[in-house]
Amino acid sequence: MAAYAYVSPSTLDEAVGILAEHGDDAHVIAGGASLVLMLRQQLLAPRFLVGLRRIDALRGIETTPDGGLRIGATTTHRMIERTPAVREYAPALAEAVGMVGTVRIRNQGTIGGNLAHADPAQDPPTILLALDAVVHVVGSAGPRDIPIDELFVDFFETSLQPTEIVTAVSLPPRSPSAAAHYVKFLPRSKDDYATVAVAVSGVSREGRWTRVRIACGAAGPVPMRVAAAEAAVEGGTLDEASIARAAGAVGEAVDPIADLRGSADYKREMAMVWTRRALRRLAEGTEREAEDR
Amino acid sequence: MSEHTIRFVLNGEEHTATVPAHRMLIGLLRDDLGLTGTKEGCSVGVCGACSVLVDDELISSCILPAVFVDGATVRTVESLASDGELTELQEAFIRHGGFQCGICTPGQLIAATALLEAVPRPTEPEVRSWMMGNLCRCTGYYGIVESVLAAAEAGDPATNRSR
Repeated sequence: MAAYAYVSPSTLDEAVGILAEHGDDAHVIAGGASLVLMLRQQLLAPRFLVGLRRIDALRGIETTPDGGLRIGATTTHRMIERTPAVREYAPALAEAVGMVGTVRIRNQGTIGGNLAHADPAQDPPTILLALDAVVHVVGSAGPRDIPIDELFVDFFETSLQPTEIVTAVSLPPRSPSAAAHYVKFLPRSKDDYATVAVAVSGVSREGRWTRVRIACGAAGPVPMRVAAAEAAVEGGTLDEASIARAAGAVGEAVDPIADLRGSADYKREMAMVWTRRALRRLAEGTEREAEDR
Repeated sequence: MSEHTIRFVLNGEEHTATVPAHRMLIGLLRDDLGLTGTKEGCSVGVCGACSVLVDDELISSCILPAVFVDGATVRTVESLASDGELTELQEAFIRHGGFQCGICTPGQLIAATALLEAVPRPTEPEVRSWMMGNLCRCTGYYGIVESVLAAAEAGDPATNRSR
């Protein structure tokens, strides 16, 4: 691993200033669970690493006055998984974040780092897409809010500007009749990346589902919402025919790569299968009941 | 390159060390401080051989920059036995064949210690789920799971020592 200088500012302004001063020579490090691997493999060789650990304002989870949730960027996956307020907000969020790697990785990796890393096979982005998350960032041009479906641009590439640092991710208030699920196809080992993953959410009223979100991970260059699949079930009862149409739309939208987890065609087929399963779980009952099973 | 002086508590004792920014915690422990109980396996945070406890949380020391433990409390496998007396968990690994070649054992012991501190009476699925990230190249998993369950059964959950 190439040698670098480490700086650990205590304010965001300082951190942004260092990034502005050093440009491509500087890189942000939060938990380091992914970045250290990229340094070791020499995929990155920055001269400066800007640590965020001393910036206390970036860490922690709070319920917002309107009933939403705000998660600071340097909050670890493990903290999210274990915080009761997260489980109260959306059990599926705690569950999905708890599926990342192993407990060691979840103790080190942070949610802001996860989003900035933009690995399309990671678990949190897909569930956060289905929950309408907004990503808050600060850079030399000031603060900015990025709807999460505008954050991911390509494999490991985001719409973040060079001096921008993720500061938090926030989630809007949820209706008491909202439900969400995250399903992860793991045919190999439990700590593996998803072969494909699907997150769904929606609000049910008298048997009809509105504000349906369908997001797919590990099935293309970016984790993505599939608008055509959402339209296929929006306002309906999530009957089998509409679920099949939604799954078909997912099959057409995804663009998986062939790798050791399967061919592109196989993953496309699995994206459809797991979309059907996720939507059936949504139709079967509430998120909380599902969790108790 | 930059060098950093860090202060931390290691196995109950205050330490001060000066490390280059790119030194990982495992390098500090093994090469600088001579604590070779912690093993390096995959070097990418997957295998669990290098597991240590940082502020009581299970961590892969091979991918944690050493500067990150400034101000923290670190425990390694060397902290388990005291005055030659093994913990209940270590005794259970001996009694129940929890190791074969031994290379993964320090990591297994640390991971299981973290589990028993968090969940003193884990079920077998909880043990399997928690220990899932600690690989054993001899595939001796039955013995490891049995050892952890036996330690939970026999030990005092508060101290993880024999009653």
